[in-house]
Amino acid sequence: MNRSSIDLWVGIFVAIGLVALLFLAMKVGNLASFSTAQTYRIQAKFANIGGLKVRAPIKSAGVVVGRVAEVGFDNESYEAIVTMNIDSRYQFPRDTAAKILTSGLLGEQYIGLEAGGDGMMLKNSDRLRLTQSAVVLENLISQFLFNKAQESKDNKDAK
Amino acid sequence: MKPYAERFAPPFRQLGQLVTSRVRRLGYAARFFAYMLVHSGTALRRFHLTIREIYFAGVLSLIIILVSGLFVGMVLGLQGYETLQRYWASESLGVLVALSLVRELGPVIAGLLFASRAGSAITAEIGLMKATEQISAMEMMAVDPVARVVAPRFWGGVISMPLLAALFSGMGIFGGYLVGVQLIGVDEGAFWSQMQAAVDVRSDIQNGVIKSFVFGVAVSWIAVFEGFDAPPTAEGVSRATTRTVVTSSLAILALDFVLTALMFTGGNAS
Repeated sequence: MNRSSIDLWVGIFVAIGLVALLFLAMKVGNLASFSTAQTYRIQAKFANIGGLKVRAPIKSAGVVVGRVAEVGFDNESYEAIVTMNIDSRYQFPRDTAAKILTSGLLGEQYIGLEAGGDGMMLKNSDRLRLTQSAVVLENLISQFLFNKAQESKDNKDAK
Repeated sequence: MKPYAERFAPPFRQLGQLVTSRVRRLGYAARFFAYMLVHSGTALRRFHLTIREIYFAGVLSLIIILVSGLFVGMVLGLQGYETLQRYWASESLGVLVALSLVRELGPVIAGLLFASRAGSAITAEIGLMKATEQISAMEMMAVDPVARVVAPRFWGGVISMPLLAALFSGMGIFGGYLVGVQLIGVDEGAFWSQMQAAVDVRSDIQNGVIKSFVFGVAVSWIAVFEGFDAPPTAEGVSRATTRTVVTSSLAILALDFVLTALMFTGGNAS
């Protein structure tokens, strides 16, 4: 094996190795949609965030417009403070409402934004006033059972 | 008093000898590593020496890495589909195949194959050079054998290993795609798009590359050290080769646990 053919084979090897890395980054990972675009930060307080995690998507009308940057706890109001990075290309009115929603029945949780009708747009470090907490399955079930019990009691009383 | 001491001393003496000899060997290996790093100048300056070793460690390992990757991916596709389909989640097959390959199986299996294919060859080669007194001859000619023989092999292994692991993962995902999409009929769009949504470039792919780099350093270090430290006999070389494979396999698995614990539980705790 002379030196030039070794060089050739090593060159081919390194090239296809790098192609494999690129394939992993572009096709398997999400480097293509990995935007370094300008963002602005807004905050919202929630009574309960359920299983929301950092880097969870923020969607409006189903389109991802940002990501959750930070999840904290407010010691005074005993509520969760969620900091969101929103892509600067997307502007929302000041009275936009934020809801914590679940994708699918048991999927991951994300924040849904519903635009309001205010003329003023949200600026950096603004705070959303209208929020709706995550649905906690246990509360939902207990509410349902309580209603059922109440119903059967009412029926009995009516008779 | 004395008879008791005579009776009970030998086992403890043996234990002490075992521990001190292990610690001494570990210290020697660490000093050897530091010496090799300091004398790596030749390997990097006369880079064709290292390129030759990349050829032997990397290019010649291609076949086994690519074929194993393909089959591991295909098996993951089949088994993953069987399980996921019970929960009506067969579209997540791409996520399962890609995450398990990129995070764990790619670096680990590629590392194990690399240790047994290339690591053992490096040890046997250096050990045989020592047994046939080529190493001593170099020293006589005032050529540093660590700089001329050991360092190029080490760097060749370190450069080859991440590329081999990436090829293994890529091939495995292709195998999963072949079985999942082409053979079983999982929707192609969901396969790729769910995979792209779930695999993160920084926390998954970058960590996988870091893992394979660490494994490359560990395997190459163990291989060159065992070769250089081998007793210059046929039996010594064969033992050293066996030790390379065993030690580097254990090192890969142990390091993988430590790295996984550091990477995937600290930052984005769920």
